[in-house]
Amino acid sequence: MIDFVVHDEGDSVGVVVVEGVKAGDELTGWIMDQDTEIKFKAVSDIPIGHKLAIKVMKDGDTVIKYSTDIGKVVSDIGPGEHAHVHNIKTKRW
Amino acid sequence: MSLDLSKKTFSGYRRENGRVGIRNHVLILPVDDLSNSACEAVANNITGVMAVPHPYGRLQFGEDLDLHFRTLIGTGSNPNVAAVVVIGIEGGWTKKIVDGIAATGKPVVGFGIEQHGDHETIMEASKVAKEYSQWASELKREEAPISELWVSTKCGESDTTSGCGANPTVGNAFDKLYPHGATLLFGETSEITGGEQIVAARCRTDEVRERFMFMFNRYQDMINRFKTSDLSDSQPTKGNIEGGLTTIEEKALGNIQKIGKECMVDGVLDKAEAPTGPGLWFMDSSSAAAEMCTLAAAAGYVVHLFPTGQGNIIGNAIMPIIKICANPRTVRTMGEHVDVDVSGLLRKEMTPSDAGDEALDVMFRTAGGRLTCAEALGHREFVLTRLYESA
Repeated sequence: MIDFVVHDEGDSVGVVVVEGVKAGDELTGWIMDQDTEIKFKAVSDIPIGHKLAIKVMKDGDTVIKYSTDIGKVVSDIGPGEHAHVHNIKTKRW
Repeated sequence: MSLDLSKKTFSGYRRENGRVGIRNHVLILPVDDLSNSACEAVANNITGVMAVPHPYGRLQFGEDLDLHFRTLIGTGSNPNVAAVVVIGIEGGWTKKIVDGIAATGKPVVGFGIEQHGDHETIMEASKVAKEYSQWASELKREEAPISELWVSTKCGESDTTSGCGANPTVGNAFDKLYPHGATLLFGETSEITGGEQIVAARCRTDEVRERFMFMFNRYQDMINRFKTSDLSDSQPTKGNIEGGLTTIEEKALGNIQKIGKECMVDGVLDKAEAPTGPGLWFMDSSSAAAEMCTLAAAAGYVVHLFPTGQGNIIGNAIMPIIKICANPRTVRTMGEHVDVDVSGLLRKEMTPSDAGDEALDVMFRTAGGRLTCAEALGHREFVLTRLYESA
């Protein structure tokens, strides 16, 4: 059972693809480009479609998804935490 | 199983100018906001015709007026349209639109309301609409090769499942259609932001790349001129953010999965401009769903692949909109809007190629007459893009 997907092994976030993920849940992830599996423990409740940090990210770091820059960290994020608009912002506009 | 496209044909209506449509609309087309009422009255009088009311067409000028004419003429000229009755408040701009549509060779007539009033206009327009409706009802479909099919794409109310499921499904379908000479379209200029270099690298020639970057930068300049924030809640939308998308860059990288891995960008179009050959075209366009789909139909596209994550419910008056969704919650809660469920992609129960084949299968069935969810639900969005205020 796949709980979250990651586009590429170099990405800093994955996407939760099941409903009802709660803090403390043990999650199975599928890294699509390399077709490998990883395990992660959710630190936050994370809604379906929302991102799970799979790397340590510090304020000012670049967030990588699709092997590409998707914005900047504005508040430190630990692995397993919910990564979204409260801790990531666009570098454009 | 893999879909063999080498001998695949689709069923459509060949029009006077040689183009092939997959719907057989008789359109009652208002030139301006004032004429909506008469157009809707004609559509109420006559079976088998459709009015497409809209709020614009008065005191527009310059490039904005050019776009208005290009969109209305293009809409009437679309091969999904068999015949058109045009109604405007006065005869001059009405004639301009009639003449533009008449260049396709299809039946078209115009009525100006001034000096006649609504009653007489509705009566005279209804007489013609009845003749057109009965004439169109006897037109027959014929088989046509994929090289005659024009397919557009645009996603809406995207979420993170769009980028890993529904959009790559369209990308796979586009990669399969492209070698067969189909005419393909993508756009959504602001929604390339963060992925513009990836699209630029896919442009076939330096000239195409320069034109693409010109359109991209032109849109960025407009946003920078008018913005009062980082556009969060507008682009990405509230719905995108609810669905887990955080930044425009993330949204854009998901968006451009729709152009697949192999197709090259063969040309760049301005809004509502028609392509001049097969291949994949980029159209400078709004990322708002109804606007972009209306521009694509005005450019001559006859069917549209529309991935959604959170559940955009859009249809279009002229072309069928096929919804593709990979979010299992959306499929569960709004299944009546989903034509192609590819949520199995995220469970590894289907491959991207399986998903692409399913989308193509539904597309060919739709071409042959299957009603899309949006058609069955009565969605007929027709939304004109404006460039600036009226005079």
